[in-house]
Amino acid sequence: MKPAPFEYHAPVTLSEALDLLGALHVEAAPLAGGQSLTPLMNLRLARPAHIVDLNRISDLDYVRVENGTLRVGALVRHAEMGRSDVVRRALPVAPAVVPFIGYPAIRHRGTVVGSIMHADPAAEWPCLALAFDAAVTLARSGSTRTISADSFFQTMLTTVREPNELATEIAFSTRFDTWGFYEFARRFGDFAVIAAAVALRTSDGVVSEARVSLAGASDRPLRVPDAENAMLEQPLSTESSATAATAARDAVEPLEDIHGSSAYRRDLVGVAVERALTQALNRSRGA
Amino acid sequence: MTLISLKVNGEAKTRDVEPRILLVDFLRHDLGLTGTHVGCEHGVCGACTVLFDGETVRSCIMFAIQADGHEVETVESLATDPDRLHPIQEAFWDNHGLQCGFCTPGMLLATKELLTENPSPNEDEIRSALAGNICRCTGYVHIVRSVQAAAASLVGEGEEA
Repeated sequence: MKPAPFEYHAPVTLSEALDLLGALHVEAAPLAGGQSLTPLMNLRLARPAHIVDLNRISDLDYVRVENGTLRVGALVRHAEMGRSDVVRRALPVAPAVVPFIGYPAIRHRGTVVGSIMHADPAAEWPCLALAFDAAVTLARSGSTRTISADSFFQTMLTTVREPNELATEIAFSTRFDTWGFYEFARRFGDFAVIAAAVALRTSDGVVSEARVSLAGASDRPLRVPDAENAMLEQPLSTESSATAATAARDAVEPLEDIHGSSAYRRDLVGVAVERALTQALNRSRGA
Repeated sequence: MTLISLKVNGEAKTRDVEPRILLVDFLRHDLGLTGTHVGCEHGVCGACTVLFDGETVRSCIMFAIQADGHEVETVESLATDPDRLHPIQEAFWDNHGLQCGFCTPGMLLATKELLTENPSPNEDEIRSALAGNICRCTGYVHIVRSVQAAAASLVGEGEEA
């Protein structure tokens, strides 16, 4: 099995990469970890005429905490999110989620930003991006724009990125007081059948901000406002978690596939949201 | 064609490659290192696992051209003497950790990485480290046993040294 022929570019600076994408436009695909793009090329589901390999642009390999966010550059691998002290302190949900992403060999190559750009509705990072109010930086020659995760994902494998743009960074908010993440997959490391992420701010035990997101429940990662509203201004408790879980289950209309029917997935949504909220509750109590 | 230079199993190699040549095909066809197996060819089965700059990667979803300037270790790097297996290989042999052997190169390198990071893993840790390597023969019980035996043998070796 061979990918279709392509021309290979390995720029060493961001501006070179942006110039290439500007000139080649839809003919080019940016390559970071390649854990989604290369399989698609092997199967010839993707046949870009040009590959712009980002791996030699060392400026894109960073994590830093700035202005209440954890900023993650386009070359940061999943494995790095699991072992970096900076990440663990700023966004403790990240190292907790990394073991669910593929397998060690995948995590050594695949990148956070690459997963966001691939926009698989069942993937972990897009789900976390919604719960943790992330923003994606899209750069093109001469300008950049920053898009909230809330308006970033359009449908299956589709984001708002234009062909001449490169996603250079994702910034996750570090403002949340407690969080939870629960995933159900048939085999550990597979894509989620359903996963739920919750990020909460609390004041004297009362929820002042709630964000609940799902993977595997729609054609894109999905926020669930009904579940969030059920938590708001309530004491964080077993009862409010159960109410929010029911609200989430009633709010979704999941797609069916070989891994589960719509009804089965809807049930799982309730279970996953409740378990994620239970984690958040236990964490807030220091358990 | 583009000229690339890399280190494979400690030896410097320079070859002309077409950009679309996958690392696994480069290892097998250009370098004649056929120990690395081509399984699913889209990053799912783990048979093609090699070490890239010391970390496991799937060589069927990387291009050889991306390895320019880097270091690759394949299953051929394990036994340095043709008459003597590496302790991990020995343990797989002794414990029936393989039947057809197709997945074995990937299993061995994933095991090597696991035991470097965690010299005495428990069964759950072994199963989770090898979850991305699919075996259709053994049912995994003997593989887990092999890894446990390899761990014991390598820890023992460390104590002797």
